[in-house]
Amino acid sequence: MPEKHYLNATYGIRSWLLTTDHKRIALLYLASVTFFFFIGGFFAMMIRLHLLTPNGFLLTPDMYNRMFTMHGVTMVFFFLIPSIPAILGNFLIPIMIGAKDLAFPKINLLSWYIYVVGGLFTLWSMVNGGLDTGWTFYTPFSTLYSNSAVAPAVVGVFITGFSSILTGLNFLVTVHTMRAPGMTWFRLPLFVWAHYATSIVMILGTPVIAITLGLAAMERVFGLGFFNPAMGGDPILFQHLFWFYSHPAVYIMILPAMGVISELIPTFARKRLFGYHFVAAASLAIAVIGFVVWTHHMFLTGQSTYAAVAFSFLTFIVAIPSAIKTFNWTATLFGGSISFDTPMLYAFGFLGLFMIGGLTGLFLGALGVDINIHDTYFVVAHFHYIMVGGAVMGYLGGLHFWWPKITGRMYPEWLARIAAFILFIGFNFTFFPQFILGIMGMPRRYHTYPPEFQIYNVMSTAGASILAIGYLLPMVYLTWAAFYGKVAGDNPWPATGLEWKTQSPPLTENFEVTPVVTWEAYDFHNRPDLELDVPSGKGSPGVVAPAHGDD
Amino acid sequence: MQSSLPTFPVQASNFAGNVDALFSFILMTTLFFAVLVTVLIIFAAFKFRRRSEKEVGDDVHGNNVLEVGWTLIPTIIAIGIFAWGAAIYVNYRIAPTDTLDIYLVGKQWMWKLQQPNGRKEINELHIPVNRNVKLIMGSEDVIHDFYVPAFRVKMDVVPGRYNTMWFRPTKTGKYHFFCSQYCGTNHAVMGGWVTVMEPAEYAAWLSGESGDVNPVSAGERLFTQFACVTCHLPNGTGRAPSLNGVFGANVLLADGSIVVADEAYIRESILQPKAKIVAGYQPVMPTFQGLVTEEQIMNLTAYIKSLQSQPVPAKGAGIAPSSAGKK
Amino acid sequence: MHRTGALYGQFKTLEQQKDTATLGMWIFLVTEVMFFGGIMLAYTINRHTYFHAFAMGSNTLSLGLGGFNTVVLLASSFTMAMAVWSSQTSKKGLITLFLSLTIFLGFVFFGVKYVEYAQKFHHHLVPGKNFDIFYCVNNPAKCSDIDAADMAKEKEELEVAAKADPDLNAHAQLYYSAYFGMTGLHALHMVIGAGLLFWLLKESVAGKFNAEWNNPVDIVGLYWHFVDIVWIYLFPLLYLIDRHK
Repeated sequence: MPEKHYLNATYGIRSWLLTTDHKRIALLYLASVTFFFFIGGFFAMMIRLHLLTPNGFLLTPDMYNRMFTMHGVTMVFFFLIPSIPAILGNFLIPIMIGAKDLAFPKINLLSWYIYVVGGLFTLWSMVNGGLDTGWTFYTPFSTLYSNSAVAPAVVGVFITGFSSILTGLNFLVTVHTMRAPGMTWFRLPLFVWAHYATSIVMILGTPVIAITLGLAAMERVFGLGFFNPAMGGDPILFQHLFWFYSHPAVYIMILPAMGVISELIPTFARKRLFGYHFVAAASLAIAVIGFVVWTHHMFLTGQSTYAAVAFSFLTFIVAIPSAIKTFNWTATLFGGSISFDTPMLYAFGFLGLFMIGGLTGLFLGALGVDINIHDTYFVVAHFHYIMVGGAVMGYLGGLHFWWPKITGRMYPEWLARIAAFILFIGFNFTFFPQFILGIMGMPRRYHTYPPEFQIYNVMSTAGASILAIGYLLPMVYLTWAAFYGKVAGDNPWPATGLEWKTQSPPLTENFEVTPVVTWEAYDFHNRPDLELDVPSGKGSPGVVAPAHGDD
Repeated sequence: MQSSLPTFPVQASNFAGNVDALFSFILMTTLFFAVLVTVLIIFAAFKFRRRSEKEVGDDVHGNNVLEVGWTLIPTIIAIGIFAWGAAIYVNYRIAPTDTLDIYLVGKQWMWKLQQPNGRKEINELHIPVNRNVKLIMGSEDVIHDFYVPAFRVKMDVVPGRYNTMWFRPTKTGKYHFFCSQYCGTNHAVMGGWVTVMEPAEYAAWLSGESGDVNPVSAGERLFTQFACVTCHLPNGTGRAPSLNGVFGANVLLADGSIVVADEAYIRESILQPKAKIVAGYQPVMPTFQGLVTEEQIMNLTAYIKSLQSQPVPAKGAGIAPSSAGKK
Repeated sequence: MHRTGALYGQFKTLEQQKDTATLGMWIFLVTEVMFFGGIMLAYTINRHTYFHAFAMGSNTLSLGLGGFNTVVLLASSFTMAMAVWSSQTSKKGLITLFLSLTIFLGFVFFGVKYVEYAQKFHHHLVPGKNFDIFYCVNNPAKCSDIDAADMAKEKEELEVAAKADPDLNAHAQLYYSAYFGMTGLHALHMVIGAGLLFWLLKESVAGKFNAEWNNPVDIVGLYWHFVDIVWIYLFPLLYLIDRHK
């Protein structure tokens, strides 16, 4: 364990709460995001327990409606959107590009405080009876009819949006202006490309949800009328404004996870990522095309048929870059030297589950089929496969992969592998039956259901209890490992990124001397500093990376 | 026809077979690719597993031909799926003209339905088999959604506008319908049953209970009560166009455009009469916003529809000259 | 991260710091475009649907006050640009002068806005229970600040509009919701801008800006110009379209 590093550089609570070190801020986010994950998980547990029987023994209808609403709001805005960017992105991006910190360290700290304040407002809503509008806040129910604590929740989400905007702004500027000499765009790790694309979505989309929720809050409190038909307003206008952000938001949730996978697979196959340029371009394509598909959430609102046809077409187009990435990840495995460490298990899990989630999106994008399965459990299963099977797997895989860098210590490998399996099995048992429920016709957001749907609901709840164990285990052993795990060294895997050329945990200023980059990403064949058996005469002539210490 | 997969509800409408067929096609296609990729991953994981601690993989940058290939092929398949889906949807959104029209109002947390002869139902819909049925739907409060899994159809019910949906039931029986847009406390219990009957049974059921006054008579009474008849003289000599034959016809407006006189047009004309002025007439019609309920509008609409078969005056009809009669 | 003079520790050169801060401000302004864009879209859609009510709303705004404010803001952008130039040419005294002028013009804008808002309040044109587009024509004595000729015109226009749109009051309230929403949001941004200008003023008095280092003046200038541009959009959208007077 190195003597000086960012964790012991300064002591005391003020040195943490007033830090501008991107690595400490990442840990502040880790703590608060994990807190909200627990809360969202608690609501999920209540939902699944209640749905064990068709007549709902656990909760009143109003309570159930609050459970699924707050599960959605917490998980979407306070867990999925910040998780990878604010924790792993914050920690790693400066180091990956050879910088001492992000472009705007104080704004980085401010974004954490904004997140916390937004979270407090939402907690206030929960404590004051909760919210029952669905995380989608559709009008006029949310503005005129709901008897729940809508205003504080909306204010909370509004405020937290600015945390996201500032993070995205910080990342974009950092990648443009803070790269070390020699770190050209096409030498950047794909994790950075992924976060660059995510940041574009964050800064263009989030302001729109901010103004939308602002208008909805004004309507509820002051009776304005934009979304109230009795005053000439249009409830569907709300939906357009809402989904204009909330669809790209799902790409904010998945692009960073894809970035993690693009790091894990080359590392654990010890092979360049197949089609680097195509994967980078696909990230940008997803970010851009993702802005023009939002109406696919509204095919059945009675809108123009021609608009629906256009948006369905675009929805199929946006699926293509994700397919390209999947094929490239798979192709990377061929000719590789594959090991099955825990992060790689999460990567495999991601590949399978993201594929199912993404492919089921095609069913929903097909207008004729959507007429039948819109607003049923099919949709619920689809988005959980991507958000949990995809994004959360990516998040956990990344946490495991970079835990030795963040803490200087290794997690227990065998326990971690077992937890990964438990998670994978629990996940599939929870959400696969929900596809069947959707096909059978069970609508979503139902606190009670016809008895013929019970068997799959029971299966789903059983799976959820296994899934919960899969989540709790890493929380426990990662925490344990941070203090008592085996000392990891600079580069335990070994991996090729710049972050692995620093000590573990890194110094506060990351690098003693700014590195000069002359090698390509994931180039195992030109990295003698990794001390691997590279066959001579094979491979392209790259430039050799200096060993750590030659910096 | 019962779909072979036990999880699919029975196919009981004209759309069900096609929707299920597309679903199965997408399923086969996606299953193929999913299995292909999974097999490849598992194969690679075994074949290329690390054999010694310091082993590295091959130095491969990529392959442009593969990239183009696995971009183009999924794109073509995706477009095919899109086209099939769009075809079903366009057919679904444009109702045929010979429909049995049922009026539907959704409110927290029940459905009020009205048959053409005025008979009302709550949370129940009786319809004859093999007849095109159109539901004209409004909401009194928040957004709801009318969903019949066995028919594979649904449509949102939005306050402030009419949405319509159509289908043709192909099998007698009782089928569940659900509200499928979250609408508050009792969203989950806002369902009911669609009963599809043989035509003779339906006719018998329809006339069985005296029920309420039929909507056409109710509409006729309202037409007098609200003094519509003082301007809309049937012989075309009044301050407003005759409404004989106008329903379903093309109407020529003052600005030269042509619109179809459907339910939405009738409703708008009652609530916002200045929105579309018929060519050759003055914008003098007062609005009835706040003076008529949704149900009264539906009754008036039913009455105006019944005037389709009345003689159209040569002058004073407002119907666009290029179309002789209905479209 | 230490700081040496103007140079923050995460940067290697002042040049890099300048480029980074400038890019940051531009991206921030893009987010502001999206933010204002949402409410402008809602306004535009409703303007198209309820053109009678919205035209009526536009005509109750004072063209004189709005026009004056437009000139004030344009002038403030000019003085801001002069402040930037002064910092680029190391004219310390002039920086302070032009920043002060910009702040002054900003406060003039606020003053006029206050007058306008107060007028709306007295005329029952603030959305809520008391909103009444007909209030002034029905109670001319209470709206003594409108002269007889204008009052007659307004009465006539209201009659025409009310015939065309029986829900005129509800739809006019939509106009005013958008009016207060958009101008209120704009005013909030100006307050923030004024705060930034005060900070710049303090720094300029302390002699921090010169030809070598003037980036903060530059990027606050960007922000101020953006706030001005938003007003250039708001003025025609709210005051000028469908103007009868």
